[in-house]
Amino acid sequence: MRIVAERLNYTYNANSPFAVHALNNVSLTIEEGEFFGIIGHTGSGKSTFVQHLNGLLRLPESKKRKRRKSKKNAPHSTILKVGDFDLTDKKTDFRALRKAVGMVFQYPEYQLFAETVEEDVAFGLKNFSEKKLTKEETAQAVREALEEVGLDYNAVKDKSPFDLSGGQKRRAAIAGVIVTKPEVLVLDEPAAGLDPLGKKELMELLHKLHREWCKTVVIVSHDMDEIAENCTRAAVFSEGRAVECLPPRELFKKTDELLSLGLDVPLTAKIARALKERGIEIDCDFTVDGFVSAVLAKGGKP
Amino acid sequence: MKAIEFRDVSFSYKKGGFAISHLNFSVEEGEFVAVLGHNGSGKSTLARLCNGLLTPKAGKIFVYGEEVTDKNLFDVRKKVGIAFQNPDNQAVASVVEDDVAFGAENVGLPREEIGRRIAFALGAVGMESYRTATIARLSGGQKQRVAIAGVLALKPNVMILDESTAMLDPRGRREIVDVVKKLNKEEGIAVVLITHFMDEALLADRAIVLNRGEIVMTGDPASIFERHEELLTYNLDLPRIGKICKQLQAGGMAVPDTLDPEELAEAIARCVSSRNG
Repeated sequence: MRIVAERLNYTYNANSPFAVHALNNVSLTIEEGEFFGIIGHTGSGKSTFVQHLNGLLRLPESKKRKRRKSKKNAPHSTILKVGDFDLTDKKTDFRALRKAVGMVFQYPEYQLFAETVEEDVAFGLKNFSEKKLTKEETAQAVREALEEVGLDYNAVKDKSPFDLSGGQKRRAAIAGVIVTKPEVLVLDEPAAGLDPLGKKELMELLHKLHREWCKTVVIVSHDMDEIAENCTRAAVFSEGRAVECLPPRELFKKTDELLSLGLDVPLTAKIARALKERGIEIDCDFTVDGFVSAVLAKGGKP
Repeated sequence: MKAIEFRDVSFSYKKGGFAISHLNFSVEEGEFVAVLGHNGSGKSTLARLCNGLLTPKAGKIFVYGEEVTDKNLFDVRKKVGIAFQNPDNQAVASVVEDDVAFGAENVGLPREEIGRRIAFALGAVGMESYRTATIARLSGGQKQRVAIAGVLALKPNVMILDESTAMLDPRGRREIVDVVKKLNKEEGIAVVLITHFMDEALLADRAIVLNRGEIVMTGDPASIFERHEELLTYNLDLPRIGKICKQLQAGGMAVPDTLDPEELAEAIARCVSSRNG
């Protein structure tokens, strides 16, 4: 499913003294099959944007009414489409949308709630299924989801989710989202708070999911190295605007711009910039491997 | 003077396995120690033992030469303060100054003194102008700074930060790291920084690596990162820059092991010009 947003606006606490204009004319397209990154510092509007993708935040009613009345203004109106779902339309089947767009929040392990892992993972499945599922169907789907995230179904299904280790909990929570087989998987800071090995394993899991389970993966991240290593393209949010949307290879050439927005750049980009000051241009995709081979091509053993 | 000393300390949550086993460890007055280790290595247990939130199953813990017992727990906690991981569940009040005052009120300081302590603590973390702000409206980094101020209001000799930057964005992390460095240098407060971020560990005077409740490596951070292979066996990794150095060396480029991007760029530039020249 292709995600298209044009001229998207959102204000929290609208018409109150606490009004915050969180999104400001955001236009962004995420193609089907991408491993897309969203970066920006706290309060830049990333999460607000992401929460639109499965209708957790909706476009304000009043605007829609106005739009319908005055078709003349149509070119200036907001577009928000996820595949065939038109999110500006109130009649859209939001339940079907949420089944198709899985959302994994920050620290998803805090949202585990059921008595057993099996029940927890099955919760979303039961809620989203059209008809009542038989016990066997549910068990089968739960088993597939748990095994996909690297947990042993038989070993964990009857355990309390709270008895799992930190890393296992996060995997179980992700299983609870992918169990509906969403086409798009959105994850808000999926690797936050994990140790270095846990981070590496989690990113490997996301690539596996991207290959086998969900066509499009969107991650929100503060870790620029993570973006450089994993994403096909990344959007940069700043003060409610999407200011850039480029593949890492081009995005991180704009080191100075990113730094001026209060953002970091990958370490490879920092070194590349220091080399540029010394008259050496390194053209690479800013992954560690890509950077190393580009540098070695210039100055390694001939 | 040793601020904290562990003598053969063991601790377990459940019968059988040990979260901490036969640990000998000390923190000197004014020292900055980083504690590294993968999840479940016993880092947080160590933090909680330091000020008596947990009591060792065996062995003894001394704070400024005095053994930690049930009787002196309150004195120990005045000397050793902890800030935790999650910025959202450490606040006890809704307004910044009330929250900072909480610990100081509990130890029964006079009213005027509490006022002075709040001013000192908020000043030290750079949050003076937020004295009457609502905590719920602060950013994560600001909330963590308020949590640290709450500890500082007790004028501790040792601050323990248990992954206090883990849930923050890069800007928030930098805020906290800067505050911690400043407190260590200017106020002479000893710091025990527990972290997953290898680059934060570089700031410390000394780093220790925990694995399965035992100290497996100790030394200044740079020397620890030189022992790359060993770190990997404890499920830890080099800071990213260390990895780049190793890979360049493996590719036949004569760069030193460095943790400074500028220095690495300089070394690369030398190699490139010597090849071309």
